[in-house]
Amino acid sequence: MTRTWTTRAAMAVCVLTAGSLAAACGAGGRPDKDEKGGSASDVGITEDTVTVGAHHPLTGVAAPGYSEIPDGARAYFDFVNANGGVDGRKIEYLVRDDGYNPTNTSQVTNELVLKEEIFAMVGGLGTPTHSAVVDFLNKEGVPDLFVSSGSLQWGDDPGAKPFTFGWQPDYEIEGKIAGQWIAENMPDAKVGLFLQDDDLGVDSEKGVRRFLDDQIVAVEKYTSGNTDVAPQIAALQAAGADVVMGFNTPSYTALSQLVALKLNYEPKWFYSSIGSDPALVGSLLARFSEGAVKDSASLLDGVMSTEYIPGVDVPDNPWVQLWQRVWDEHGKEGELTNYRIYGMSHAYAFVQTLQAAGPDPTREGIVDALEQIGSDLEGPPLAPFRYTEDSHLGISGLQLVELKGGVGEELTPVLVTDLGDAPIEEDDSATEDAPPEDGIPDVKPVG
Amino acid sequence: MARSVLLRHLGLAVLGLVVVVLVLESTSAFRNAQFATMAYLGIAAGGLTVLTGLNGQLSLGHGALMAIGAYTTALLLQDQQLPLVAVLLVASAVTTLIGAVIGVAAARLHGPYIAGATLALAVAVPGVALYFNDQLGGEQGLNVFVPDVPGWFADAVYFLSAQDVSGSKYVAYVGWLSLIVTFVLLANLSRSRVGRTWRAVRDDEVAAEIAGIPLGRARVLAFVVSAACAGLGGAVMALTVRITAPSGFTLTLSLSLLTAVVLGGLGSLTGALLGAALLTFLPQLVTSLGLDVGLSDLQSAQLAPLVYGLTLALVILLAPAGIVGSVRARWRRQQERATHDYDLPTTTAPPSPARTPGDEPGGDK
Repeated sequence: MTRTWTTRAAMAVCVLTAGSLAAACGAGGRPDKDEKGGSASDVGITEDTVTVGAHHPLTGVAAPGYSEIPDGARAYFDFVNANGGVDGRKIEYLVRDDGYNPTNTSQVTNELVLKEEIFAMVGGLGTPTHSAVVDFLNKEGVPDLFVSSGSLQWGDDPGAKPFTFGWQPDYEIEGKIAGQWIAENMPDAKVGLFLQDDDLGVDSEKGVRRFLDDQIVAVEKYTSGNTDVAPQIAALQAAGADVVMGFNTPSYTALSQLVALKLNYEPKWFYSSIGSDPALVGSLLARFSEGAVKDSASLLDGVMSTEYIPGVDVPDNPWVQLWQRVWDEHGKEGELTNYRIYGMSHAYAFVQTLQAAGPDPTREGIVDALEQIGSDLEGPPLAPFRYTEDSHLGISGLQLVELKGGVGEELTPVLVTDLGDAPIEEDDSATEDAPPEDGIPDVKPVG
Repeated sequence: MARSVLLRHLGLAVLGLVVVVLVLESTSAFRNAQFATMAYLGIAAGGLTVLTGLNGQLSLGHGALMAIGAYTTALLLQDQQLPLVAVLLVASAVTTLIGAVIGVAAARLHGPYIAGATLALAVAVPGVALYFNDQLGGEQGLNVFVPDVPGWFADAVYFLSAQDVSGSKYVAYVGWLSLIVTFVLLANLSRSRVGRTWRAVRDDEVAAEIAGIPLGRARVLAFVVSAACAGLGGAVMALTVRITAPSGFTLTLSLSLLTAVVLGGLGSLTGALLGAALLTFLPQLVTSLGLDVGLSDLQSAQLAPLVYGLTLALVILLAPAGIVGSVRARWRRQQERATHDYDLPTTTAPPSPARTPGDEPGGDK
């Protein structure tokens, strides 16, 4: 029995090997010249479509809030498509769920790039998740626009990552601007830092220390996923910090507030923009406290934060009115939220960039276009982008606000700066940008 | 007999190699990347199925062992000194070493207690990466520098198929070559004396001990072999995913491996491979199917775990021995019935010895 089996297997191997060798006869050696196939620069573009993709956490721990970003972007792309698209092309927007797990990000990005053959990645979300694919995207030459994360690594070295562009103000300049304000306005405050233990914490601490190095009395870090932050908050309280600056995600804003309530700890709070969305933090507070905290909007009263795009708290802003119109016409169920606006804002910037790349956009072309006109683009951000050949960092500034009843009241005008010791300056040049009448940008092709 | 088993396994390996070349050369770059994923899940599941199916130890910590292999690989590839083969070997050696330590502890435990101890491992290891933030990259993990495709390898593949080797295809080849080597070794091991002692320990400890088998040594050895596989799987995973971060090695990974083994059939290497295939292809197929019939992104994303869960529930209900185990049991029954009918006129066939489904590793029938 065994022997006949072995014989049969051996036969099969011989036949298959011979077959595959025969099939390969055409190759043998390499042709002398390394021909380049059809230029890969127009992948994902047809006569009437442009396919772009993104990875977002639609399920899992990071899904609340963040999963609304692609909804917003899709609504805006649908709005543009309903009005004729860009240069006659409709934008097809593919979103894949990575559950905020880098292993999945790598898989879904393979799918988007190799199977769906997207032209560009637009707004891929998360620092650890996007790190898993940024080298791959640059190696494949896929434009990797407007990464939804404030890490420096998306833009501080365009030589190493020529196809990647950041989007929101990076964590370092956010730390600098907030640090300077506190140093000037609360010179006697004892400052405690509450940091997420990754680029978010590292970059923002670098910025804050530039102004508050002497005033910092405690630095506490938490690991995303570990929901017990009582030791950290208690340590801040024990160190006597009367100003606590949190650079953390929304869940940890809610958790730190709950712990502080329990400990009867009432410092002046600052939360970075990514962690301070009042609506989301409010709903998280209600959930984490199992209904004990009800009037959550007022719980965040007096909390300082930053803003870099107009949000739902200013319904009269012309941009927010445009987003409301887009959401009413093309959105899904649910209200317009700050996360949906975030998605629409980077979708708007993508449409601008695509227009700038001209009627026959290529992958290199869109990168060149963004480097050339990126800093002149007029859009919803309160401060201009920093895109040049030497920097792919995103929005250059923000303003400090104090929350009151879920609305941010301005503490400062828009302040812009850059990495390192670049000065912090007032710049309201971008705040007056108004959306075009029809809601669709009209950027002239470069070159 | 022993020689023919070895020959048969080697024959199968060559056959597998030919199939791998044919499949990888005829599929798209995206499918190649998926096959690489299937390879690393398959290697780790192969090791787990030997441990759980043959030796009866339930490990919930194989994801953590994969993490050790993956982090070792990421660290070794940072200065790009060693050749890739050496990196893979060192990664599995390091995991083997740690597996031995855990194995010694696990050998003293039984059933749910081993599961508990290894569960602790699965929870703790990602924390180690966070604690040694500076060396292991903390929450963001380490980027993995996948070495360039060696010239001779590219030329060899080009000779066969007239296609250039992309990065993802190279990793798929590395993964499948590792898988074939691992499976040949595992299949041989489980058909050898060692495999028989493992089975004896699993089936009846007292009887095994009376027969002179040192229980502890057999258990530790099984755990070590299994850990080596997990380490190699983790190494291939690092190459495939291009990053090693704690969020990639949560408890979910360990549990997914276990479901793969259960789906395929405990103790069967073919089953492990089948489970790895389901784990790799099913979610993506279901998601694209959902998108095709017009579900939203979120609904399609939620559909994938639902369908996987249902599949798992159905397999457990309808084929409790796993897919391969049940198919094999049915096939065997038919064979026996045929022999029985044939024999009936002349002699009464002796009752066939009861055999546990999934007794035969290697999928070599």
